[in-house]
Amino acid sequence: MLKARISAPARARPGEIISIKTLISHPMETGNRRNSLGARIPRNILTEFVCLYNGRQAFRAELHPAIAANPFLAFHLRADASGTLEFRWTDQDGEVTTETRDLVVEP
Amino acid sequence: MITRRDWLTGAAAITGYSLLPMPLSATPADMQKAMRQAFGDSPISTGRVALTLPALAENGNSVRLSVAVDSPMTEKDHVEFIQLFAEANPLPDIARFELVALSGRAEIETRIRLAAEQRVVAVAGMNDGSLWSGSASIVVTIAACLEGLI
Repeated sequence: MLKARISAPARARPGEIISIKTLISHPMETGNRRNSLGARIPRNILTEFVCLYNGRQAFRAELHPAIAANPFLAFHLRADASGTLEFRWTDQDGEVTTETRDLVVEP
Repeated sequence: MITRRDWLTGAAAITGYSLLPMPLSATPADMQKAMRQAFGDSPISTGRVALTLPALAENGNSVRLSVAVDSPMTEKDHVEFIQLFAEANPLPDIARFELVALSGRAEIETRIRLAAEQRVVAVAGMNDGSLWSGSASIVVTIAACLEGLI
């Protein structure tokens, strides 16, 4: 499991557009660099990020090596029901890191 | 005339940094090709997409990028995806973001790598099938993708 940090409000009013920020520790090694011995450092990147809101896909990102190390993503969401936000990062080998946050929606 | 590329290659030779082991940089033509691969021959209109990059980045390894698309984000009228392309990175693809009406606001922020002074293009696809684009140019002082750990 990689270390992820998420900034999302715990409460929102119905219909409110909330801002979500995510950061995950990952080198996003491009595969273009060489080490001090001249050997190519193999590519090692996260390829996908998904945010599910009560099971529905609310945001998805396909990532390429041009995304900086420790991928940062900020996006928005319209709060329409209380429930769970699930954040899922997948690397090129299919390894998944998951985080969840609860969201309470009330007037 | 000495072009910037010539100068950089020369400077790289003098300083011992080699740009050569890196795959040859994409060119604006490669970017056009990647965009054609993604969208076929569908027409792309200019507008509705605001791509924001700093005018100058001291370090190309992490450049803040934000993209906002003018859309009400309702079930009837919303952005389905935003795709980012770089003109002079080793690979033209940067990222693809998928949105839904529930996203509420078509505004995304991330941090990207840039290998050289170049133009970055964002293409947004709407749920009615139309494509819109916006771009920004940036000067990069220290490029990403240089060899070794600096």
